[in-house]
Amino acid sequence: MHTSAVDRNHDIRRILAQFKDRPGPLLEVLHTVQAAFGFIPPQSISLIAEHLNLSRAEVHGVVTFYHHFRCAPPGQHVLQLCRAESCQAVGAEALAAHARARLGVDFHESTPDGRFSLEPVYCLGNCACSPAVMLDGRPYGRVTPERLDALLREADRAAGGNG
Amino acid sequence: MTTIYVPGDSGALSLGADAVCRALSREAAERRLEVKVVRNGSRGAYWLEPMLEVSSERGRLAYGPVSVADVPGLFDARWLEGGAHRLLLGPTDELPWFANQQRLTFERVGVIDPRSVADYVAHGGYQGLRRALSMDPAAVVDRIVRSGLRGRGGAAFPTGIKWKTVLEQPPGQKYVTCNADEGDSGTFSDRMLIEGDPLSLIEGMTIAAIAVGATHGYIYLRAEYPHAWRTLTQAIAAAYTADYLGGDVMGSGRRFELEIRVGAGAYICGEETSMLESLEGRRGEVRVRPPLPAVKGLFGRPTIVNNVITLATVPLIVREGAEFYAGFGMGRSRGTLPLQLAGNIKRGGLIERAFGLSLREILYDYGGGSGSGRPIRAVQIGGPLGAYVPAAQFDTPVDYEALAAIGAMLGHGGIVAFDDTVDMARMARYAMEFCAIESCGKCTPCRIGSTRGVEIIDHIIAGHDPQGNLERLEALCELMVQGSLCGLGGMAPFPVQSAMKHFREDFSARAQH
Repeated sequence: MHTSAVDRNHDIRRILAQFKDRPGPLLEVLHTVQAAFGFIPPQSISLIAEHLNLSRAEVHGVVTFYHHFRCAPPGQHVLQLCRAESCQAVGAEALAAHARARLGVDFHESTPDGRFSLEPVYCLGNCACSPAVMLDGRPYGRVTPERLDALLREADRAAGGNG
Repeated sequence: MTTIYVPGDSGALSLGADAVCRALSREAAERRLEVKVVRNGSRGAYWLEPMLEVSSERGRLAYGPVSVADVPGLFDARWLEGGAHRLLLGPTDELPWFANQQRLTFERVGVIDPRSVADYVAHGGYQGLRRALSMDPAAVVDRIVRSGLRGRGGAAFPTGIKWKTVLEQPPGQKYVTCNADEGDSGTFSDRMLIEGDPLSLIEGMTIAAIAVGATHGYIYLRAEYPHAWRTLTQAIAAAYTADYLGGDVMGSGRRFELEIRVGAGAYICGEETSMLESLEGRRGEVRVRPPLPAVKGLFGRPTIVNNVITLATVPLIVREGAEFYAGFGMGRSRGTLPLQLAGNIKRGGLIERAFGLSLREILYDYGGGSGSGRPIRAVQIGGPLGAYVPAAQFDTPVDYEALAAIGAMLGHGGIVAFDDTVDMARMARYAMEFCAIESCGKCTPCRIGSTRGVEIIDHIIAGHDPQGNLERLEALCELMVQGSLCGLGGMAPFPVQSAMKHFREDFSARAQH
């Protein structure tokens, strides 16, 4: 799906209108923009700033403050791997090393073919089932390197099927 | 018709509960058996998840952990009639893990359908609000004060005192906000409660609003909890439909509007003033206190900021009375605490008990020791800012004061176990690294100190002037504790200092190289 800049601006204006009378709406606007496009398109910053009567610096400051917001499109599949203490206690660092080697990317990167993004996360609240990951928003617990391989293969197959 | 309970809790989902649910619906249909499937929350025994329950004359019978491959065999064993099977654990309430617990806040979690107002009301729900609506607001606040309830988010500030401050502010717009930005590793009680019994949180917030004269509430929920968001959204909608929220709460003429605001992956937003900044749509930078949020909080108005567990405990206290709740616990730690047991542990999960259980009882009687079978060497209590406690101190009772006395803190009640393969210098490094990643950047001791901390520990690990660097690290920790604006920079040194104190060999051993 390709969206032209004009279409995109139209969509962003529609989102902004939706939050017009809400107090302190910037985070909600950004969440909605990211849900629509997968990331916060750089050209949307000035449009959002103008509508909310903020400076571009303020909007940029908020976008970059929060780990959740992306400034570039993510891969087709997003693997979030927990790196916090509970998961570390049962091998999360080894699992992280395995994921990096398997995908050939570091954290905060996407594979060159655009299929996978690898993101660190600091606690998914699934600590009694560590090590924990989230793949495309679905949680998986007690993840071994073998299970991770199987999950990635499965996701890749599904992606291939969808073209 | 037999009811089968299949947890929809995200921990259970992470172990395949959805696939098991699909398999059993398919199998029941093929066998022409009529079953009712309820997606409940988790009971909190995660080593048994997915743990399914079947309604029977003997109460609910638990089977677990169930995999897709087990499903046909369960039907073959006539599990709908309580048939024997190797996965049959017995009546849920009689399992030792549950029988020894004192579930007050979690009384309905894993029991009811979290989206059903009718189910909630049938299990004691909304009796607290009904009572509160018939009371003088000051009497409601007084009941919370006398219960001894303290903030379960970690700071343990007396909840009733906070409410009293908001109540005493001049009339006008006031807010009730719920901090559901549960970012501490090893904690998941907020998530479990929201996924298992969200209406208790909604009722608690409504009571708070009635008590202090607020008409609007926000739940600040972390973005890492999409399943909790879904359940909470449905529960709020159901509460509106049944007039437990909105312009005429329970026919009282009182108004309370409640909405969810989703965080965006910033640990610091669990700090209350940072959360307020974020709710207002800004960078989650901490505010200087005073003024307290109770005086000048959200949009500059008097605001209650409480954790999920704190608010979800309120209906029970109003319903049963302050004395009932204060009857649990020890010393100044009254009531119960939902402890969360995680990390390298055989039986991880949620244990709600009165304060006062020893760490050893939690780790060995409930937890069954480490998951690896090796000795437990250290536990970290209270999240990434909590101290590491060595095995020699495992007889310490778990309450706010007893842990403070050994230089540790209870925080939000998470306990993460590590076996003897842990490298405590690495864990100390991680504490500083985490602080560097999550620092809001407003104050220098936290923003710069944490990065310097990582570098110094790297030098120690590499064996560069270990003695000098250990001294530098101690001085840096002291500076961060004394000079930081909030608890992130002010407490991130706690795990580092405790690791240096109790596990010195992990730092000094490197000195010999």
